[in-house]
Amino acid sequence: MPQAFHDVKLLWLFGDVVVLLYVATLIGRWVKRRRRSEASRAAVDNVIARIRAWWKMCAIFVAAILLGRVGSLVLFGLISFLALREYMTLVPTRRGDHRTLFWSFFVIMPLQYCLIGFQWYGFFALMIPVLAVVFVPTSIAIAGDTASFLERSAKIQFGIMVCAYCLSYAPALLLLKIPGYEGQDARLLLYLVIVDQMSGVLQFVWDKLIGKNKIAWRVSPNKTWEGSFGGILSATALGTALWWATPFTPLQSAAISFTICVFGFCGSLVMSAIKRDIGIKDFGVAIERRGGILDRIDSLCFAAPVFFQLVRYYFVP
Amino acid sequence: MNGGVHPIASLLAAVARGITGVQVQWAGCEPDEKQRIYFANHTSHLDFVVLWSALPSDLRAHTRPVAAQDYWESSALRRYVVVNVFNAVLVQRGAMAQTKTPEEARFAARALIEQMAAALGKEYSLILFPEGTRGNGEKVGEFRAGLYYLALRRPDVELVPAYLENMNRILPKGEVLPVPMLSLLTFGKPIQVEPGEEKEAFLERAREAVSSLRRIGNA
Repeated sequence: MPQAFHDVKLLWLFGDVVVLLYVATLIGRWVKRRRRSEASRAAVDNVIARIRAWWKMCAIFVAAILLGRVGSLVLFGLISFLALREYMTLVPTRRGDHRTLFWSFFVIMPLQYCLIGFQWYGFFALMIPVLAVVFVPTSIAIAGDTASFLERSAKIQFGIMVCAYCLSYAPALLLLKIPGYEGQDARLLLYLVIVDQMSGVLQFVWDKLIGKNKIAWRVSPNKTWEGSFGGILSATALGTALWWATPFTPLQSAAISFTICVFGFCGSLVMSAIKRDIGIKDFGVAIERRGGILDRIDSLCFAAPVFFQLVRYYFVP
Repeated sequence: MNGGVHPIASLLAAVARGITGVQVQWAGCEPDEKQRIYFANHTSHLDFVVLWSALPSDLRAHTRPVAAQDYWESSALRRYVVVNVFNAVLVQRGAMAQTKTPEEARFAARALIEQMAAALGKEYSLILFPEGTRGNGEKVGEFRAGLYYLALRRPDVELVPAYLENMNRILPKGEVLPVPMLSLLTFGKPIQVEPGEEKEAFLERAREAVSSLRRIGNA
């Protein structure tokens, strides 16, 4: 048995997730049967699709934690790869970017995850912001095509930053050595993912229930002030209630889950703006069956680095 | 052996599908055992492998790509891969341009058409890239006349247009290392030469049939 499965609190956390998903599935079915209008049915279908995706994610998560740190690294490395693939497919690039893109996919991103595997924190935190940020424009310059040079460099840097660097902070939680919490960091990762994902769906639900005043209708026609506050506050409440799984006190857990929710909100707003700029509704819709990963993890990409740094600053001596 | 398919071909097809994550849409017809000429836009060396791999496995054994002799015969490995592994038909590209008199040109063209018609035989389908060379992916180039004459020579064979998206970004001309972007492949509605249709009109219509299948706008 892997060490993670001697962790009773982790099993409880997983148990909660399964119960929650089961209840959500039942509610989804019940609501779907009662709704008649086209719009509300579409909203319910959206939530049901998310629930189905979470069942799969939950199963993959169990498998990853069963395999220990390597499992989590492989899982998140794969998610990074698929997300970067979606992003680069839809963001226009030019012929001169080819080699830079090859390096991004096959050298920079795998290296980032390897550094976590080697527990080399210093290099992990700096490799992309310091080296990749210089490497990308340089290699585009070497390719010799200067048309919209700045724009192309920025697009690729942003993709690597969000899909590889930011997301890699989630499995990097397993690097943290919190006194009295050794070998239990898998719970921290799960806590982050639960709060972040619940925040997303609760915002969606509150938007549908009480949403009135749009935040930025050009960017995201569904996001409202009421819905976003409702979602962030209720997910914060959920995060607070999960304090027992973390090294935090209830009050700390409230503050930290609030931060996760706010940054997650920023993430999905920014990615929505990018989608509108490219002229698509969802990364998933634009590339059909293979897509949609970036739509699910946009909030996680923004929340993970802040969560990691908060925990590192306040809880790791 | 899987119904006459070389195991390396199946392996390469799986690799190509993995790199390109290709999604296949049969928009204007369904996979069928009848003899066909699949004609598509051409931007990458992976094109014929991806198109071939998108066919159901029972059709692959009876589908042969048409490839340029000058390029694919230039090394033993290339030749082995296309001829032995993919059972390709190697044709002499630009054979007509090398001739001096109109008679010679006509003779060379006829030889080329006869070669492809013979390759079709009674059971095979072909994969053809009528642009004759790899483009940059921005626009489907002009089609060469071979498709028209082959269609006249074998009116019983269905002409199926196909559009391969993003392949120029995955493995463009002049690069050896692929970038794993997502690709889309769309098969359109079969076309045929209308009675009395001129060569230029037909080739333009065929080109339009291919480029109208494009789904993503970016170049």
